[in-house]
Amino acid sequence: MSVVERELEKKTDQDYILEAKNIKKYFPIKGGVLKRTLGHVKAVDDVSLSVIRGETLGVVGESGSGKSTLGRVILRLMEPTEGQILFENEDITSFSNRQLRPYRRDMQIVFQDPFASLNPKMNVQELIEEPLLVQTSLKKSERRDKAIALLEKVGLRPDARLKYPHEFSGGQRQRISIARALALNPKFVVCDEPVSALDVSIQAQVLNLMADLQDEFNLTYLFIAHDLSVVKHISDRVAVMYLGRIAEIAPKKNLYETPLHPYTEALLSAVPSTDVVNKREKIILKGDLPSPSNPPSGCAFRTRCPKAHERCSIDRPDLIHVGEGHYVACHLYDKQN
Amino acid sequence: MTQKTLLDVKGLKTYFYLEGKKVAKAVDGVDFSVSPGETVALVGESGSGKSITSLSIMKLINKPGKIENGQILFDGKDLVGLTDKQMTNIRGREIGMIFQEPMTALNPVFTIGNQIKETLIRHKKISKAEAERKAIELLKLVGFPRAEETMKEYPHQLSGGMRQRAMIAIAISCDPKLLIADEPTTALDVTIQAQILDLMDEMKKKFNMAVLLITHDLGVVAEYADKVMVMYGGQIVEETKVEELFLNPKHPYTTGLLESLPSLEKEVDRLGAIKGMVPAAHSFPVGCRFSDRCPHAMDKCREKNPELREVEPGHKVRCYLYE
Repeated sequence: MSVVERELEKKTDQDYILEAKNIKKYFPIKGGVLKRTLGHVKAVDDVSLSVIRGETLGVVGESGSGKSTLGRVILRLMEPTEGQILFENEDITSFSNRQLRPYRRDMQIVFQDPFASLNPKMNVQELIEEPLLVQTSLKKSERRDKAIALLEKVGLRPDARLKYPHEFSGGQRQRISIARALALNPKFVVCDEPVSALDVSIQAQVLNLMADLQDEFNLTYLFIAHDLSVVKHISDRVAVMYLGRIAEIAPKKNLYETPLHPYTEALLSAVPSTDVVNKREKIILKGDLPSPSNPPSGCAFRTRCPKAHERCSIDRPDLIHVGEGHYVACHLYDKQN
Repeated sequence: MTQKTLLDVKGLKTYFYLEGKKVAKAVDGVDFSVSPGETVALVGESGSGKSITSLSIMKLINKPGKIENGQILFDGKDLVGLTDKQMTNIRGREIGMIFQEPMTALNPVFTIGNQIKETLIRHKKISKAEAERKAIELLKLVGFPRAEETMKEYPHQLSGGMRQRAMIAIAISCDPKLLIADEPTTALDVTIQAQILDLMDEMKKKFNMAVLLITHDLGVVAEYADKVMVMYGGQIVEETKVEELFLNPKHPYTTGLLESLPSLEKEVDRLGAIKGMVPAAHSFPVGCRFSDRCPHAMDKCREKNPELREVEPGHKVRCYLYE
């Protein structure tokens, strides 16, 4: 039984490592000579989610859905416009940087582009020991030993220590990013598209590595990605985002086998499949994602939804619980309807 | 499939001459053919040579690269011997192209309308008014509902999917016989990818074009191609019909790729990763180029590179396991 199934069975007193409540992140659009605020890009618009200790919560969505912004706000790498962030039941929303420092050890991030996230002028030793220098009082030799141990954990040779990022391939660089994120023994790691830039054979290596490390160090992952197959492989629960909001969130099995939200259905059907025998019926959505600066009224998905009806343009649907930890924001499943 | 082949690539070798007398054999002896109405996919990871193969066909290889050897027979003519000037009459008119990144492929300072009309006037020798009419017609065909307004818009005003539609409009404007699509949907979200691939398929059927699809995505291959070539280390390692490749993959690299792919249909605990990484084009291992990553490698694999040979009707593999 997975962690999530156990937790869902208990129903009460769930052990949440992180809770985000009604998070909003609006970016102002400035224009004109006086740089006045003309409007807002609503990157994240009232999102609540809780991450259970030990699980991998996948967050999927297309570009502009707000999934990366959400990951950054949760770690307080960006300030939320509104909302609350609780890490291990402590409200860290209004903590100063100094107050946050001890929490930073527990919360780490791995970014998509290992070419941009590693300083090209630092060698691997310096990259990995930087967090140790800031957060611990380890001696030089101890830091070196720790770096070597971490490199071995992520499958790199100890002599990689003195090389620079440009000497490595994309997959190896991502291993270095992971080693660096793990240097302080974090509890919670946000993985923002960690394998999107990698070829499939390398992607599989990194995904296997991340699963091994999760078991070994009891990590909790928030795994942000656009690739539905990757998210399905690695996650216990999955949240689907559309235009800054959560459309559906459920344990993996429920979400992929019985998707409820019309957007999730269309998204799943659009993934090209290598199954040449049982071809899936495709739902081709019309049009593009609307602009997050001017989202449609009511349900954000109604402009592309094949099942939209009158109420969808008036009321914004709330996430409703339909059983087994499966939540969906769609009027089709609202009992009042 | 008894139609005459349109494109016949024979023994194509494209090498890049690097500093320090290193030679990168990006494409090293590639043979394949494409017939009208057929979608042929070249699939492989970064560094496999699939994009260089497509650029060689269009003769868009610049220094330090050079087409070293081979023939590119297009409609009976060998493109390798043609001058740049002769090529410009073929590119855009007889061979249409779509690239991965429509923002860099489109010119940012001209309107969409101008860019379509430019191609039409250059190749079709028609009047401006006629080109205008034809351009609007093309935009409507590829799914712009407000085509007249789109004519006056610039590339930055369009979304990624719309730009790719505009690229398709330009590519098919002169009724090409062959459409080369190099990772046409890699930069797009999945719902938009489905729209664009469907549009390409529709255009292929409508104009009986041959399509050469270059992609890294095996799912896209499975859904849209008829025939597929798997490339590794600048060579084709497996070539067959699409159904056959997915139901009966033979080369250890192909099976490795399929096992490393997470899928929506099946659940696995661990992905079957291929160890190591793609070798650089200037330092291939001796013998079979996949031998240092192959779980089945034998002594002879490390000595001599196997030939690509037909092991079952219509199924070619470059591997000693099937001899």
